[in-house]
Amino acid sequence: MFSEAKLNKVKEIIARYPQGKQKSALLPVLHLAQEEFGGWLSAETMDYVASLLQITPIEVYEVATFYSMFNMKPVGKYVFEVCHTGPCMLRGSDNIVDYIKKKLDINVGETTKDGLFTLKTVECLGACGYAPMMQLGKHYREHLTPERVDEIINECRVNAN
Amino acid sequence: MGRKLLLDKAHIENIRYYDVYRANGGYESAEKALKMTPELVLDEVKKSGLRGRGGAGFPTGMKWSFIAKPEGVPRYLVCNADESEPGTFKDRYLMEFLPHLLIEGLLISSYTLGANSCYIYIRGEYAWIPDILEEAIADAKKNGWLGKNIMGTGFDLEIYVQRGAGAYICGEETALIESLEGKRGNPRIKPPFPAIKGLWDCPTVVNNVETLAAIVPIMRIGGEEYAKYGTGKSTGTKLISACGNINKPGVYEIEMNISVEEFIYSEEYCGGIANGKRLKACIPGGSSVPIVPANLLLKTAKGETRMMTYESLSDGGFATGTMMGSGGFIVLDEDQCIVKNTLTFARFYHHESCGQCSPCREGTGWMERVLKNIEKGKGKMSDIDLLWDIQRKIEGNTICPLGDAAAWPVAAAIRHFRDEFEWHVLHPEESQVRNFGLAHYADPLEIAAPAAV
Repeated sequence: MFSEAKLNKVKEIIARYPQGKQKSALLPVLHLAQEEFGGWLSAETMDYVASLLQITPIEVYEVATFYSMFNMKPVGKYVFEVCHTGPCMLRGSDNIVDYIKKKLDINVGETTKDGLFTLKTVECLGACGYAPMMQLGKHYREHLTPERVDEIINECRVNAN
Repeated sequence: MGRKLLLDKAHIENIRYYDVYRANGGYESAEKALKMTPELVLDEVKKSGLRGRGGAGFPTGMKWSFIAKPEGVPRYLVCNADESEPGTFKDRYLMEFLPHLLIEGLLISSYTLGANSCYIYIRGEYAWIPDILEEAIADAKKNGWLGKNIMGTGFDLEIYVQRGAGAYICGEETALIESLEGKRGNPRIKPPFPAIKGLWDCPTVVNNVETLAAIVPIMRIGGEEYAKYGTGKSTGTKLISACGNINKPGVYEIEMNISVEEFIYSEEYCGGIANGKRLKACIPGGSSVPIVPANLLLKTAKGETRMMTYESLSDGGFATGTMMGSGGFIVLDEDQCIVKNTLTFARFYHHESCGQCSPCREGTGWMERVLKNIEKGKGKMSDIDLLWDIQRKIEGNTICPLGDAAAWPVAAAIRHFRDEFEWHVLHPEESQVRNFGLAHYADPLEIAAPAAV
């Protein structure tokens, strides 16, 4: 269940659209729900979102599974989403992915045993001039090098404690 | 120094905040426009010759004039900030550093179209930018540029920011509208066009961020004056996001009257190829436009200097030319592998296909698999013709242009670099340890298509 403050946020989002078009709030509310409920969307979470927007659960499932930012299974506390499309590849993103794999001892799509890190490769994030790069939470980490990756991993470990 | 219209004030400290923007001439274009009738503002936009900056290059004034105006039905302006074409990161720059320029553009455009609600649909991954935009919107509202009865004109406008959630296809205007309605991003069949039946079935105009920002300088200097910038039908300035193997990647505003050579090699722009390497190839307008080898990039097939204009970049059609597209300028040096680069784009389009049309849904994955085999040294000669065949069967056979966007990079890579694909097939082991290097640039016209197809 959302807190009072989050429920007010949902109301505020719905008010952006004409009367009866509250389904338009689905993507913003799914973002809120994913933040609030552990970084992924369980069936229970999606059903709850459906009830908030007065739409059927299937309308939520079909949307949640379409967009790549919605996680359909649990992920680590920190998700490294490394871009590997053309422009990043030209600037060495493959090496960055390999380095993270070795460093964290996981493959792409896996989570470390301590539940701290998940490694994903993603398609172009619009940071081609600052490649190689990854998304970490709300922000981008750009101009990646192995040293920079080490710093980021340490930073996450410190923040987790 | 080239003349600038969009980023001329980008160097001013704190220009992203209302007070600084206003003190430096901000909202003066809006003041001017709000004193004119919408019809006269539209005339200025038409006179400017502005073409859509998202990639298609359609004349903006004409697009606006198509909007239906049935009595009692709301009209909407949607700002397409779903910037996702690989190589393109210019709209991000505008929104991060000049949010009020965009808001001023949205105000003038909404006033012209008679839209009282405007939605900025921004790609979900740009997760920190909505905060910047919402702060700017709140400041503009506090100062009377948004809300009810703006500047005493009786015109009302609200601007809302909506985040997407990771889907390239939502950059296509009808998919964007579907997404904004809370649905999967499946493009609609056109007609009806959004100008007649768009968001919630109401008349809607969808324009790119840069297009809408360009309305501000057009109103400042006038449409005729704007049209004096650039060359021919490529009027004004264009933001180019340059990336790949160059010394100075970044976002540059160019007047559309400079050569490609100047753009790549001058210190004002890309500063030449990184690490002293040689130029091999370039994709000048985002991943979907045809890749061209260095010789055809700098000069057209007729031997004329290739310019950074819509016309010159597409000179020679797809046989020897390419496209301006979104301005995502991707440069490849002599050490880059064309097969690998093409594979990453094929994988991208496979990942991003919405799945509605079978030629795209099945074809993009098939191309990715075949390219993966060739790249790994497991390809056959017939695979190259197979790739050509698949892309031909996708192009033009889908509801939206994603199919074409997926087909063109593969077609152009084979058209111009067939020898490199063949080398991968003939040298499966060697191709795993070294790259083909600079192409010998066989005459592209002769190898435009495999003989059997």
